[in-house]
Amino acid sequence: MMSIKNYVNNLSDEDLKRIYKKMLMIRKCEEHLGEATKNGAFPGAVHLYIGQEAIAVPLCDQLNDSDWISSTHRGHGHFIAKGGDVKKMMAEIYGKSTGICGGKGGSMHVADFKKGIIGANGVVAGGMGLAVGAALASKMDGNGAVSIIFFGDGAANQGVLMEAMNICSLWNLPMIFMCENNQYSEFTHTSEVTSGKIIDRAEPFGIPKYEVDGNNAVDVWQAAYQAVQRGRNDEGPSFIEAHTYRQRGHVEFEYTFLSRTYRDQNEVELWKTNEKDPILRLESYFIEHNKYSGDDIEKIQKEVQDEVDDAVKFAIESPEPDISSAMVHMIER
Amino acid sequence: MAQLTYREAVAAGIAQEMERDETVAFIGEDVARAGGVFKATVGLFDKFGPKRVIDTPISEQAILGAAMGAAMTGMRPIAEIMFSDFLAVCWDFVANEMSKSRYMSDGQLKCPLVVRTGNGGGSRFGAQHSQSIENWAMAIPGIKVVAPSTPADVKGLLAASIRDEDPVIFFEHKSLYAIKGEVPEGEHVDTLGTAKVVRPGKDATIVALALMVPRAIQAADKLMTDHGIDVEVVDIRTLVPLDMKTISSSVAKTGRLFTVEENPRLCGWGAEIVSIVVDELFWDLDGPAVRITTPHIPLPAADNLEDITIPSVDRIYSKILDVLR
Repeated sequence: MMSIKNYVNNLSDEDLKRIYKKMLMIRKCEEHLGEATKNGAFPGAVHLYIGQEAIAVPLCDQLNDSDWISSTHRGHGHFIAKGGDVKKMMAEIYGKSTGICGGKGGSMHVADFKKGIIGANGVVAGGMGLAVGAALASKMDGNGAVSIIFFGDGAANQGVLMEAMNICSLWNLPMIFMCENNQYSEFTHTSEVTSGKIIDRAEPFGIPKYEVDGNNAVDVWQAAYQAVQRGRNDEGPSFIEAHTYRQRGHVEFEYTFLSRTYRDQNEVELWKTNEKDPILRLESYFIEHNKYSGDDIEKIQKEVQDEVDDAVKFAIESPEPDISSAMVHMIER
Repeated sequence: MAQLTYREAVAAGIAQEMERDETVAFIGEDVARAGGVFKATVGLFDKFGPKRVIDTPISEQAILGAAMGAAMTGMRPIAEIMFSDFLAVCWDFVANEMSKSRYMSDGQLKCPLVVRTGNGGGSRFGAQHSQSIENWAMAIPGIKVVAPSTPADVKGLLAASIRDEDPVIFFEHKSLYAIKGEVPEGEHVDTLGTAKVVRPGKDATIVALALMVPRAIQAADKLMTDHGIDVEVVDIRTLVPLDMKTISSSVAKTGRLFTVEENPRLCGWGAEIVSIVVDELFWDLDGPAVRITTPHIPLPAADNLEDITIPSVDRIYSKILDVLR
């Protein structure tokens, strides 16, 4: 059994419990969305973060509201991890006026600037340049804030990654390239469309790199710690490749429009086991080391589920956007 | 005639051309093994194999660059950009490269290339997966712009685009993929630059494109039933080359022009058509030319907001009724 390793002094039990709870929050929100979308409960399509929670949360746990994150189409987890309001996120996905973007953005565009969330992004690698700009602004301010671009293995094949790495290294920007390698570029295995190792792409730019087990919250936390400290201390960019697995499809409902399967269900099931799933691994760790009892975990699960249920209720009961809002916020005046 | 869906007509058009011309190859994201995210290219990989039906990384610039380079050197590639919104990621190849290579090289080069892409709204995908960008493409000299509304036109115009000697941006409407229609059996090749009168009438002309065509026809039928107003609907089919002859003769007959456009209002394709009609047919017009468009906004995701922004049957119907009364 793979266990949590590298458990070091700078990460306390309390830290880990807080991280676990937030990961659970993401999981339960996403599980709800995966179910609710089957009934057409909200407009559009959702790309779920299930299985990748141990990447966003341990990294964002070390950030403040003044730090920036730029996210992807699979952005709910990043939004929650960075402290975004779960109710407002849920309402946004439900297309309601109380959503964080008034219902106008939808699932792929949740953003909360007050929380340093530049936004999810519907274009693969679309957020990369924006994160560079946020890092540049932080550097010019000298405020010690860092900027994180979350991107997938698919986005690693967009040319803008090279441009961003070059500028960040050249200008010594407080940027963290957080590549979540979930093994699938949409419906194609990454090995079919990617040469070499993604992490090695950081090397020629002189960017320090950390390759981690992305389903191990502690591993991710440690690498993120190094990267965040480098940013805060004006030591320049870092590149983390976190190996993980996309437990759900690229997008929910995908077999209504795909003509055939593209991966083996046994492979998917393997990643849901106690040995592989990031949340189950944490739970096993807690129990093995007597940090939590099974009852404790059940209690936390219920607390989190109640909060998610509240958020869903809030979303469902919220009014639709006023029609006039379609014409608002085009330009300043 | 065979009944095909709009999406099946895409695969049928590509297959027809790949069978007759071995220089035709097809590249894009998830197009081969997965059969395309809109299921529009199902079966091509099995039929033609990995040398001619090729999955690419999520690398739009590489997709268009590679397709263009292959086109310049003897191939007839078809490249898919999954959502037309993503053309913005590789617009350099459209705006600066493929559209200009023939002209800048004084005719030394040609670029027989088709860029297929899923265009338009209706799926609540939000502002970066729902745009109608045919007017962007229309604004660039040197490319042809096609946007069919029926399965038969998909197959015929796609075949014509593949055989064309110039780059073509081929807009497939996402909200039409599921519709069914008659498609001629056997080889079917249409002609670029030809509009079609799809509903004859005498009181007014609607010029429409893609998803707006079936909506315009429904609105016209309702105007006839409710008020005896007989509206002619012209499906433009290709914005470049633009068949002004068909549009003008319809307007000359009816004396009234309405455009129904899904693209945002400013510089939408209808503005160009209205300007040509006002310029050339002013004395044939019995009243103002009126554009019915999506407002000049990014498309919102919420159901009710997307519904009121894209021209609906009701909006087309009411607007025409208001203007003609």
